[in-house]
Amino acid sequence: MAVSVPASVLDAEAPAGDCCDSGAFALGAVALRAQSNFAASSPPPETTDISAYVNVDKSGVHRLNFFVDNMQCASCIRTVEHGVKALPGVTGARVNMSTRRLVAEWRDDGFRPQEIIQTLYGLGYPAVPFDPAVAEDRTNAADRRLLSCLAVAGFAAANVMLLSVSVWAGAFSDMGAATRDLFHWISACIALPAVVYAGQPFFRSAFRVLRAGHMNMDVPISLAVILAAASSLHQTILGREHAYFDASVTLLFFLLIGRYLDQRARSHARATAAHLLGLTAAGATVIGDDGERFLVPVHQVMPGTLVHVAMGARIPVDGVVESGQSEIDTSLVTGETLPTDVATGAKVFAGTLNLSAPLQVRTAAAGQDTLLGEIVRLVEAAEQSRSRFVRVADRAARIYAPTVHVLALATFLGWWGLTSAGLEHAMMTAIAVLIITCPCALGLAVPAVQVVAAGVLLKAGVLIKNKDGLERLAQIDTIVFDKTGTLTQGRPTLENRDQINARAFQIAAAVATHSSHPLSRATVQAFEESGIARLPSATNISEVPGKGLSGIVEGLTVKLGSPSWCGVAKDTGPDDAKMQLWLCIGDGAPLHLTFSDELRADAASTIEALKQFGYGVSLLSGDRQPVVAMVAQAAGIGSWQAECLPTEKAEQIERLSAEGRKVLMVGDGLNDAPALALGHASISPASGADISQAASDFVFQGDHLIPVLTAVRVARMANGLLKQNIAFAAGYNIIAVPIAVLGLATPLVAAAAMSMSSLIVSLNAFRLRFAARK
Amino acid sequence: MDMLIILIPVALLLGGLGLAAFLWALRSGQFDDLDGAAMRILVDDDTPKKADDSDS
Repeated sequence: MAVSVPASVLDAEAPAGDCCDSGAFALGAVALRAQSNFAASSPPPETTDISAYVNVDKSGVHRLNFFVDNMQCASCIRTVEHGVKALPGVTGARVNMSTRRLVAEWRDDGFRPQEIIQTLYGLGYPAVPFDPAVAEDRTNAADRRLLSCLAVAGFAAANVMLLSVSVWAGAFSDMGAATRDLFHWISACIALPAVVYAGQPFFRSAFRVLRAGHMNMDVPISLAVILAAASSLHQTILGREHAYFDASVTLLFFLLIGRYLDQRARSHARATAAHLLGLTAAGATVIGDDGERFLVPVHQVMPGTLVHVAMGARIPVDGVVESGQSEIDTSLVTGETLPTDVATGAKVFAGTLNLSAPLQVRTAAAGQDTLLGEIVRLVEAAEQSRSRFVRVADRAARIYAPTVHVLALATFLGWWGLTSAGLEHAMMTAIAVLIITCPCALGLAVPAVQVVAAGVLLKAGVLIKNKDGLERLAQIDTIVFDKTGTLTQGRPTLENRDQINARAFQIAAAVATHSSHPLSRATVQAFEESGIARLPSATNISEVPGKGLSGIVEGLTVKLGSPSWCGVAKDTGPDDAKMQLWLCIGDGAPLHLTFSDELRADAASTIEALKQFGYGVSLLSGDRQPVVAMVAQAAGIGSWQAECLPTEKAEQIERLSAEGRKVLMVGDGLNDAPALALGHASISPASGADISQAASDFVFQGDHLIPVLTAVRVARMANGLLKQNIAFAAGYNIIAVPIAVLGLATPLVAAAAMSMSSLIVSLNAFRLRFAARK
Repeated sequence: MDMLIILIPVALLLGGLGLAAFLWALRSGQFDDLDGAAMRILVDDDTPKKADDSDS
């Protein structure tokens, strides 16, 4: 088996994670970032010990879970599963596309799980093992439980409603009391078990907060459901007509739908956070004083120790290079596309990828104290601070819930104590109050608007990840953009195509095909688009990482790479701001190829439109000054800052917030994650790192920037409708509650009034669909 | 009205079957990976494959 790095890895034509580049199955994977290609082109460390992640069950089956990157489409599933199953000893491999995970199984004790990682790297899918017990199997169980509650409630609601409709119709024709009672009994047999089972999520939550001495929306919901069911049962036993099983079960059903959608969004976010933790290297190869090397878990590495980093491995610690010279893919920390050269004395960060040669690094910080650890902590902390944001509906509920209970109780006591109506009538009136004030219009006003807004946005290519994101997005007044991958497309494109003659272009492409460096890929891509006939591939290829390629094309020695590689003095380059390659053919004069990371086609116009809406726009980038200045000018952004570390971006956002601004952060890299989490609202492109998508409220797809504008506009409109709806719900209660308190509404009338108000709120929400078209 | 004695149980039974089928599907993990299920229908591997079949 190919355990060493297969040659196909370096071959651009390999059936790699790039299978989606062809676009055949590309589902939203518009721009695969050069970053992931890089990861794929580097062999995984062979020494890392991952046996700790392996679970062995009683029957001797070994199981190991992986996070797998780059999976986008159906043929990715196939390639990954078949590739792993083809390993001798592996008995099963199953991909979960929703969570981007792979479970592999084998029985043989002698099998080395590292082989799976090696194979997947070879196929172009970097994989990281993890321990599912730590990750989040518990939330998975909660998801399932909620879904089965939903199914039971839906079944009960549909059947009870059928029987109820018959009873209502029977009230106008001449249904006999016996038939009515039979229907009530059947309804009771369906509804009561359903309420007991499906109501648990609400009852538990209500019980928990009550015990803690608080109040939430689940308290009136539980009370209304239980009281309605109990009094209906009472009516049924006495053979009377006021049974409202339908009201209690349908209420449960609708509320469970909202609860389930909510839960799913949250568990997805948690899954991606677990993924980030997997990015840190599992172990570090420490070099002892006597030169001996041994592997230790990364959290046991002490500052000051010397660590050996193999070629292609992730650097496990923050530190300073002691010896060695290499290239490092820092996209994880800085978000930039091109690798950085490091030599003795250079600072390196944990989580970055050592690309071209072994390094020895003197540890400065390890584990939680590294920059990566800090990013994770920042994201977590920011998420917590954001969760303190109280949605309009919740703010209303805080006042609403206690008021309703006091009112219902007062009604009950008033009727029972002050009139001669008797216990039963007092009870019915109190229930009518509870039902009529049932937070449906309130509980529906917000979700209805959100569901419609989500539909409108989905059509525009924007996914809502946080349900309260819309409310926060409507409040923003400042927008901060990241550069690479957000304003720009995040991949280099050949810029001076016009200055290169066809012959030189052919030769350059023949050499560049052999490299997976982003600039080589860009050259090949531009060449293929030009439609010039292909030359036979170059021979005698050698690649020196960090410098360039050389090979023989049609008998001529060709060099393609950095200025020094081609014998050009470094300052001859006309523009340092640009990414460049030089090409030497035989003894001819070197040719200059420049690349740029192009702006998204509509970046300038979108930003102009945003400015006209009155938003302040600025740019924060980890890239070098001249590049950022150029992009800022092209996009029309006046205020910009270059060379920001992730923490500096976050600080900048905090500073703006401290000034009282509400900031929308738009960014894609892992280095943006803390800033995204800190922003009042945040948007991330679908091509971005998983963790930044997880930290964002919205994810947009495609090569355009316009979805950002659409999202902001829809959020503003949605917020307007939301306020109308809440005002309506409040107005309805002001009219309806006195009627119910005075005993003028039976529970049936109350239920009808409640339904009407819900209907009006929902219809109002639909106006958003038409408004958004204009 | 006599039909009700038959029709209501029949209706409940059919609905109950649907519910039971759904709960069974849920327990057996068929709802764990909704994205993957949508894509797997595109994957052809009904025929036993040969030793080397890495092209696509």
